[in-house]
Amino acid sequence: MAWNEPGGGRDNDPWGGKNQGPPDLDEALKKLQERLNSLFGGGSGGQGGNGGGVKLGMGSIGALAVLAVAMWALFGFYQVDQQERAVVLRLGVYQQTVMPGLRWAPPIIDDVNIINVTKVRAAASRGQMLTEDENIVDISVSVQYTVSDPANFLLKVKRPELSLEHALESALRHVVGSSKMDQVITEGREQVAVETQARMQNYLTAYQSGIQVAKVNIEDAQPPSQVQDAFDDVTRAKEDRERLKNEAEAYANGIIPEARGAAQRQLEEAQAYKEQVIAKAEGEAQRFSELVAEYKKSPKVTRERLYIDALQALYADSSKVMVDVEGGNNMMYLPLDKLANQRAASRPMRDQEVDIRQLTDKVVEQLRRDSQFSRREGR
Amino acid sequence: MANRQFTVLLLALAVLVVGYNSLFIVKETERAVMLKFGEIVDPDVAVGLGVKTPFVHVVRKFERRILTLDAPTQRFLTNEKKPLDVDFYAKWRVADTETFYTATNGEEIRAEGLLAQRINTGLRNKFGERTFHEVVSGERDLLMTDLTSELNKITMAEFGIELVDVRVKRIDLPSQVSQSVFDRMKSEREREAREQRSTGRELAEKIRATADRERTIIAANAYRDAEVIRGEGDAQAAQIYSSAYNADPEFYAFVRSLTAYKASFSGDGDLLVLDSDSEFFRYLRKGSVK
Repeated sequence: MAWNEPGGGRDNDPWGGKNQGPPDLDEALKKLQERLNSLFGGGSGGQGGNGGGVKLGMGSIGALAVLAVAMWALFGFYQVDQQERAVVLRLGVYQQTVMPGLRWAPPIIDDVNIINVTKVRAAASRGQMLTEDENIVDISVSVQYTVSDPANFLLKVKRPELSLEHALESALRHVVGSSKMDQVITEGREQVAVETQARMQNYLTAYQSGIQVAKVNIEDAQPPSQVQDAFDDVTRAKEDRERLKNEAEAYANGIIPEARGAAQRQLEEAQAYKEQVIAKAEGEAQRFSELVAEYKKSPKVTRERLYIDALQALYADSSKVMVDVEGGNNMMYLPLDKLANQRAASRPMRDQEVDIRQLTDKVVEQLRRDSQFSRREGR
Repeated sequence: MANRQFTVLLLALAVLVVGYNSLFIVKETERAVMLKFGEIVDPDVAVGLGVKTPFVHVVRKFERRILTLDAPTQRFLTNEKKPLDVDFYAKWRVADTETFYTATNGEEIRAEGLLAQRINTGLRNKFGERTFHEVVSGERDLLMTDLTSELNKITMAEFGIELVDVRVKRIDLPSQVSQSVFDRMKSEREREAREQRSTGRELAEKIRATADRERTIIAANAYRDAEVIRGEGDAQAAQIYSSAYNADPEFYAFVRSLTAYKASFSGDGDLLVLDSDSEFFRYLRKGSVK
């Protein structure tokens, strides 16, 4: 609408002007130059005594003035985006904060400052700081903020961004300085962020900076690099503790069932023994009972027979020396050791067994060597 | 004709110059004093367009907005003589333009220099009265509000400056002290690591010992039960034997002895030296006689 107002044949078509803007502007400039030239020429002509030239010059001045006013009015247009607000100062006095849309303000008289109020701005800080327990932590923090009050942002504080950075640093150090290190580097992180945000927002509100802090993020909170190793070692130690515990539990889980099994075996063996001795006893008792029954029928013969049977079996199986020399016991020499040796020599099985084992060992070793050699050759 | 035109031009120029010099704008972000030949005639000129007599009145403008004084790091001592590197900032603004102008000639840098000196002194005193712990954590807020309100009275009266806020940014230990803090932190961690490991060993040893105990108990119980069972077996067997052997104890002794002889002399290395007088050989010797 306002495009049409300032008149001037070239300026009333904003849509055409968009495409053909540059050539139009060129043309306008050219014409302006021409007129200036003619004015200047007219002026110099006037000095030369040409009255007509002066008249022409006066007319030119009028046209120029109209053009200047038109240009001035044209430059008063500005556009405020949905994301922005414009703070308008009229002759230095705060006039209003302008909402989005196409706006006009008289140039020179009004000072228009367009400020983005939805853009999320960011600032960051990092450094080492003291904690309440006199330890030092390394923290990096970032803050996101928006301009909530553009007028205050512009008019109340010089360099509001710097104020924000200062407030961030001061608030963060204050909060960390009131917290224990373990809290800061572990689960208390979020708490630190929340407190820092509240605190810095307080400062910024007190300065009327027009800044709204959206979020404070603790990006990193850790012990300083100088002591990082020691901290890592604690983590490792915790793992070690768990490992030792697990190993011990593994040991316990290993031996107890084994012990239970062994116990079961012992019981089973005992049970077996019990059954065994009872069965044996029953058998032997039965055998004896049978024998006694027969013995009772003819004791003398049975007794004799049993005795002779037993001794026969005994003597048949043993080496023996019969001494049939009466009263010559004192003189007789029996090489008992030799007799024993003789008997042992007649059964050389043990020695042979050893020899065979040694021989087998040697053969196996030789085979192994051969196979290793051939493998090496194969490569 | 030429002269007239020249005069017109000159006049126009003069009007422009005078107009320019007699109008002035004080912005929303500024404060101003108006001086008449160096004497303050209006200590707080209103914001907006103003008029003055050219060459007679001079308008001096100052910043109205809150300004930031960012001081360099200073070393303060706490009351236990611990050195601390302290970095602070102060927020201030011009409150009384007349006093401000007379005290600082309207120069911000000069004003900040004066402020910094005052705040330094104030902070040094405050730190000197407090312990390290109080300064770092406990009383920061109180310290700062105290200092701000105390100094504000002075700066207001002397410089026309309103001290809005003084905040400590960094309170750090000097680097040589930091090293000993790091050493202490390290030793604390080492202590914890050692504790963790030995706790682990303790737990492990306990678990192992419990397991060993259980194993021993299980084994012992099993042994006991096994022995009881064996005993039962033995008892039962003995009872069976005795009930059978009681039929003829003498004959039992005989049979059992024979079995024992056989078992005793069954070994390979045994060598029997026999006397032919024995009962077994009675027929060997006397067979012919009979």
